[in-house]
Amino acid sequence: MAQATGIKEIIKPENLVYKKTKLMTDNVLSYCPGCGHGTAHRIIAEIIDEEGLQSESIGICPVGCSVFLYNYMDIDWQEAAHGRAPAVATAIKRLMPEKFVFTYQGDGDLAAIGTAETIHSCNRGENILIVFINNGIYGMTGGQMAPTTLPGMKSSTSPYGRDVSTMGNPLKMTDIIATLPGTCYVTRQSVHTPANVRKTKKAIRKAVQYQKLNKGTCFVEIVSNCPSNWKMSPVQSNKWLEENMLPYYPLGDMKTPADQPA
Amino acid sequence: MEKELKLMKGNEAVAEAAIRAGADGYFGYPITPQSEILEYLMEAKPYEKTGMVVLQAESELAAINMVYGGAGCGKKVMTTSSSPGISLKQEGISYIAGAELPCLIVNVVRGGPGLGTIQPAQSDYFQATKGGGHGDYHLIVLAPASVQEMADFVDLCFELAFKYRNPAMILSDGAIGQMMEKVWLSPQKERAKTVPEWATTGKTPTRERNVITSVDLDSNAQEVFNQKLVEKYNEIREKEVRYEEFQCEDAEYLFVAYGTSARVCQKSVHLAREQGIRAGLLRPITLFPFPTKRINKLADKVKMMLSVEMSAGQMVEDVLLSVNGKVPVYHFGRMGGIIPAPDEVVESLKSKITGG
Repeated sequence: MAQATGIKEIIKPENLVYKKTKLMTDNVLSYCPGCGHGTAHRIIAEIIDEEGLQSESIGICPVGCSVFLYNYMDIDWQEAAHGRAPAVATAIKRLMPEKFVFTYQGDGDLAAIGTAETIHSCNRGENILIVFINNGIYGMTGGQMAPTTLPGMKSSTSPYGRDVSTMGNPLKMTDIIATLPGTCYVTRQSVHTPANVRKTKKAIRKAVQYQKLNKGTCFVEIVSNCPSNWKMSPVQSNKWLEENMLPYYPLGDMKTPADQPA
Repeated sequence: MEKELKLMKGNEAVAEAAIRAGADGYFGYPITPQSEILEYLMEAKPYEKTGMVVLQAESELAAINMVYGGAGCGKKVMTTSSSPGISLKQEGISYIAGAELPCLIVNVVRGGPGLGTIQPAQSDYFQATKGGGHGDYHLIVLAPASVQEMADFVDLCFELAFKYRNPAMILSDGAIGQMMEKVWLSPQKERAKTVPEWATTGKTPTRERNVITSVDLDSNAQEVFNQKLVEKYNEIREKEVRYEEFQCEDAEYLFVAYGTSARVCQKSVHLAREQGIRAGLLRPITLFPFPTKRINKLADKVKMMLSVEMSAGQMVEDVLLSVNGKVPVYHFGRMGGIIPAPDEVVESLKSKITGG
């Protein structure tokens, strides 16, 4: 009884300091506890809401864990075939240049099967935002090796660890993208600490604003975790991310509009 | 506005007809024997006149997925390719059919399998009419037999595609794509100012969000959707069959042929009749839906049918199903990019009459 009273006290409107973002729906997320997808979704939903872009936004979801992203965010969506989101986005933006168009893709989708679409849409300088969630593993299919899996890292298809002599090295897609003249803003962020969440939100906001300038592709990598397939607790996974992922995938802006020739 | 008469290649006619039909976007990748379509559009610069987007994609995969994106916005979009490229597009075509999106796909067929030849063939009939990609679906398939029809079917395919929310295909071949004929071109249509209510154009407060997708992990819901598609295809079978008959009134022997083969068979009908054989021709214009009922009816009055195709025998299976055992059905075909000569078609018919 005392406990129930306590909860009532806590949820009094004047005590609430945090609430569900308006553009997130009431549908139950399909993500595992501690997964970074929910945070990344929330950031995007907040920005679209704060920038007043709900009626201007068309998102393209990938194949992967976030395949049902269209159930979670209250904007128009297209579900793309595996890896093809940037091609889908290209046509949407070309046909409706006034709209805000973005893709949301994981590492298998963007950096393996969709490598060509990713590179060529950025090379053409399509005025879209690509959000790239890099957790170094295939989540939805059950923890197989991704193009971004770290050297020595175990997965269900690299059970003895990624042997770079036969399986290749992790692909630093964002570094490649930053070399393309068609891009406007290329950055790598993470959502593993509150400070990094704030930085990522800032980056997404910049990208949304840059799209209005029609200066080329914006590309935001978010280094994220996969507690289930990394076989760690959420807390352990964020620690592991910081100690192992970030040295290989250092955070920060790789290209800003200031780097472009006038 | 009057129609305009021009001398054009079949491929050029497709491109010009697309502009005039008020198409919103074309997404393609070069492949012989249809590269003139993209070349023509790039030279014509419709984006300066009608606002039509023309984009050379990095691959057939990208091109068909651009079509998916554009079609999902309710726009009139299209792609063109030839056999190996159409094979690459099949994943995307399946997704487009699964998401019930309207679009136009043109296949200027060349001989296969594999890289095959760049010469004309009709060996993609199965792929075009039976699905092509994975899953239970059909395209609406029209088979032009002239440069005029290459142009006319662009507008017709867009109309049917939007009417049924279903991808439509022009199944042509390298001969019709490359040959020049006179063609009456329709006047310029304005691009549509509005899009269907299901299109992703940005969620407004007055409606629910629009989602273009082909995934449903609930088996029961997926089956309900499959059933809905079946009903749509049945409606198309009921309402959209198109064909042409040539000297069928008194025919004892019937050629069934589409596209280039049908042109050959027209001449074969004359040659056969000169030799006292009362031959006729049924030319399916829609391959899906197939003129099943008409062929079944004609089977009541002819003695035999010969399916003439530039393939190892693909449409003949649909002729057999249509005839349903009433009369013998045979196949005559040339392959590898070879177009049959009218007299060899007649010789084939004569050999079937005498030898069975």
